[in-house]
Amino acid sequence: MSHESQRNIRCLVAKVGLDGHDRGAHVITRAFRDAGFEVIYSGLHKAPEEIVQAAVQEDVDVLGISILSGAHNTLVPKIVEGLQEYDAFEDTLIIVGGIVPDEDREGLKEAGVDAIFGPGTPMEETIEFIRENVEQRD
Amino acid sequence: MATPDLVDDLLAGKHRALARAITRIENRSPGYRDLVAALYPHTGNADIVGITGSPGSGKSTLVDKMAKHYRDRGLTVGVIAVDPSSPFTGGAVLGDRIRMASTATDMDVFFRSMSARGSLGGLSTATADAVKALDAFGKDKIIIETVGAGQNEVDVVKTADTVAVLVPPSSGDDVQMLKAGILEIGDVFVVNKADLAGSDKTVTELKNMLDMREGDPDDWDPEVVETVANSGEGVASFLDVLDAHADWLDESGRREAERHKRHAEELRNLLREDASELVEDELDARGGVDELVERIDAGETTPYDVADDVIEPLADCLDQQRD
Repeated sequence: MSHESQRNIRCLVAKVGLDGHDRGAHVITRAFRDAGFEVIYSGLHKAPEEIVQAAVQEDVDVLGISILSGAHNTLVPKIVEGLQEYDAFEDTLIIVGGIVPDEDREGLKEAGVDAIFGPGTPMEETIEFIRENVEQRD
Repeated sequence: MATPDLVDDLLAGKHRALARAITRIENRSPGYRDLVAALYPHTGNADIVGITGSPGSGKSTLVDKMAKHYRDRGLTVGVIAVDPSSPFTGGAVLGDRIRMASTATDMDVFFRSMSARGSLGGLSTATADAVKALDAFGKDKIIIETVGAGQNEVDVVKTADTVAVLVPPSSGDDVQMLKAGILEIGDVFVVNKADLAGSDKTVTELKNMLDMREGDPDDWDPEVVETVANSGEGVASFLDVLDAHADWLDESGRREAERHKRHAEELRNLLREDASELVEDELDARGGVDELVERIDAGETTPYDVADDVIEPLADCLDQQRD
């Protein structure tokens, strides 16, 4: 018998490292919720391993990493490596939000980040990007 | 990934496979029933504890400390935390994971958030199936955490062997405790935040309420414990009570009886789901629900007559098959 599937886009909003500001993460969490996504918020000051654990266990379609501290070049690749270790990298859309200088963008994309959204990006743009690029599973 | 591979990987202890299996269960993806059916023979070894209570009563913090204690005792833990979803967009913020600090990076605590997704009765089926995945994976203890707000949540915690209800200090007068609902389902009552004023009074009120119960003498006597989840105070004795309840279930033969009841409930739920799908198909075949309802709107017929109309051929069909 065909059962109606009830797929929702699941998204982890992650604060990694030492920066102590999560207003932006809260705003994006709320916007994603209003867009009909299921959002898991990591809380502040998480280690890359904690983000990997959450992303793997929650089986999220999207991992949104919010970084303001400038430590993206060290922290993001660690998260990517962790996801690879659990075979969770290939079908997870990884986006980074926050302060990322232009000269770092290419490197992050090479490391496996699918998109980077700087300050002032309209919320709709991020949501649209997720809807269009989320992996079709099952 | 094909279902048999997913099952093999899950049984082999691969976290990704467990996570993916739960997603399929949650999404009711095609073939999810085969998946659950394949996991079924590997279940039945875990102790399942349900935790409920009003928002802000400290459930997540207590669950975090429980998981830590279990891990210290060398046991593996699975947690399913259910949060409400928006009735308008279906979106949800699943915020309980944030408090699992004591066991961060410990992969032997598998924590999974689930949203209610507004589905009628479907939540308890999905939760029970997700618990089966954790059970088959080999978790020793499985905790289901849910906000005790409505019938949906009550159904969810009833899928547990042992149910703990958190009652914050000063959560109302003794009439609140007399009201039907969530207080009836507890095997253990936890007055959390017991360092706050009003805690002693709440404990007394709970005990009075429980004394008034007219139970069978063979029934389990619900216990009242006090905890301060923040500091971990009282958590060890709380877990001892949970263990005592699990032992009682075995010794009294209630575990078997409860399992039988649960299997019956599960069967009924599945059939209800299937039947309602049959009815939906039938409505579509008759031009869709809106068309039928327009005749009701216009006063030409009533919902009762239409329902009879739709169900009659189904009932006839079943009748003939049985003979």
